[in-house]
Amino acid sequence: MKSVEDIKAAIEAAVPSAKVAVIPNPAPSAQHSLLIDAQHAVSVAEFLRDDEDLALDYLSNATGIDYLDKEIAEKVKVTRQVPKLVDGVEQIVDETVEEARKRVEPGYFEVVYHLFSVAKKHGPVIIRMRTANRTDQVELPSLTPVWRSAEFQEREIFDLFGVVFKGHPDLRRILMWDEFKDHPMRRDYVEPDDFEYEPTPHDEVLKRAQEHRSREQGTEIRDQEEKVG
Amino acid sequence: MAVDQKLNIELGKQGVMVTTIQELYNWGRRSSIWPMQFGLACCAIEMIATTMARYDLARFGSEVFRPSPRQADLMIISGTVTKKMAPQVVRLYNQMAEPRYVIAMGACAISGGPFKQGYNVLKGIDRYIPVDVHIPGCPPRPEALIQAFMTLQKKIDEQHLTGEGRPRHLDQEAPGEFPVPDFGEHDLEPSSNPGTWTVPKIIQ
Repeated sequence: MKSVEDIKAAIEAAVPSAKVAVIPNPAPSAQHSLLIDAQHAVSVAEFLRDDEDLALDYLSNATGIDYLDKEIAEKVKVTRQVPKLVDGVEQIVDETVEEARKRVEPGYFEVVYHLFSVAKKHGPVIIRMRTANRTDQVELPSLTPVWRSAEFQEREIFDLFGVVFKGHPDLRRILMWDEFKDHPMRRDYVEPDDFEYEPTPHDEVLKRAQEHRSREQGTEIRDQEEKVG
Repeated sequence: MAVDQKLNIELGKQGVMVTTIQELYNWGRRSSIWPMQFGLACCAIEMIATTMARYDLARFGSEVFRPSPRQADLMIISGTVTKKMAPQVVRLYNQMAEPRYVIAMGACAISGGPFKQGYNVLKGIDRYIPVDVHIPGCPPRPEALIQAFMTLQKKIDEQHLTGEGRPRHLDQEAPGEFPVPDFGEHDLEPSSNPGTWTVPKIIQ
């Protein structure tokens, strides 16, 4: 099979305006992946499926990843003009100062597709797409028209991450009920306060138990405990 | 009022059978518990194994798994009850005719098991319907399910038909229908039925 760089070149030759980037995987498996832009995703996917050398006719897996907003602290060298006394005379001198700056890199949702070729017996080729942010621009093109097996998996990504797939034939929740409002696999998902009791809470559960108890301080449950005690 | 056992055997030799209505009634109830044909997860595989030739649940009068809740006496909650499935389980239980019993089979059905702190799994079916026998295990072996059947039969056998602790269908005051939870925006509403379940009190 072609290397990712060759596939990237082939895509760029076939779909001229497509933006493709290679995301290297430093692990021993070295499964490098291709980041494709949402705008040309469908035509790139059609090329990957229909190209005679690649013939990626089977989508085995689609999944989502949540990247939170990242605050990056960095030191930047800034050159400033500072008045200074040089040999008893006041002059304006260039001075290089290190300045700590913070910037926020917006988070995004990423959708990963694993492609194989049954005809050519090769794969996987991994393609990724990213949303613009994780609040209001969470739309991505659906690849269900290209690979039918994406249908349920894209519904699952929609259900658990809240990525909206444009062009999906039947985009409904698949695991949670239709009335459910949250997206449980998002990293900022807040669970309902459904802690009941745990005989020996520890770690995460202990944290939840303490939060729950502090919320219940002075309420009827405490009164009941006093009566029992 | 029980009949003296030795006297009973002696009378039996003469072709006379002496019993009480309660004994006869309970014998009938416990010897023909028909379960509902209904499985939720991997515990259902053990339940199926229990009914097959090797473990042979038919020995306990429970060989007929009924595909309709109208004809079933026993609901075996065999597996994980997800929050999406819980209203359907309660609805099926409501459709069963009295007398009806519930066995919660396996760690998930009794407490949520390994999925207890998850967002989509109920922390035990006893939050919505009354459970007669709980079986721990993941999954419980067929012997454990048979043990649960025997426990249930013993429980039925020991019930008095009048007074405190009589079967629910002989009690005018007892609830016949259990409220089906609604799908809420964040969780099931209500998250438990206070009539059947309350938070255990921790005494320190």
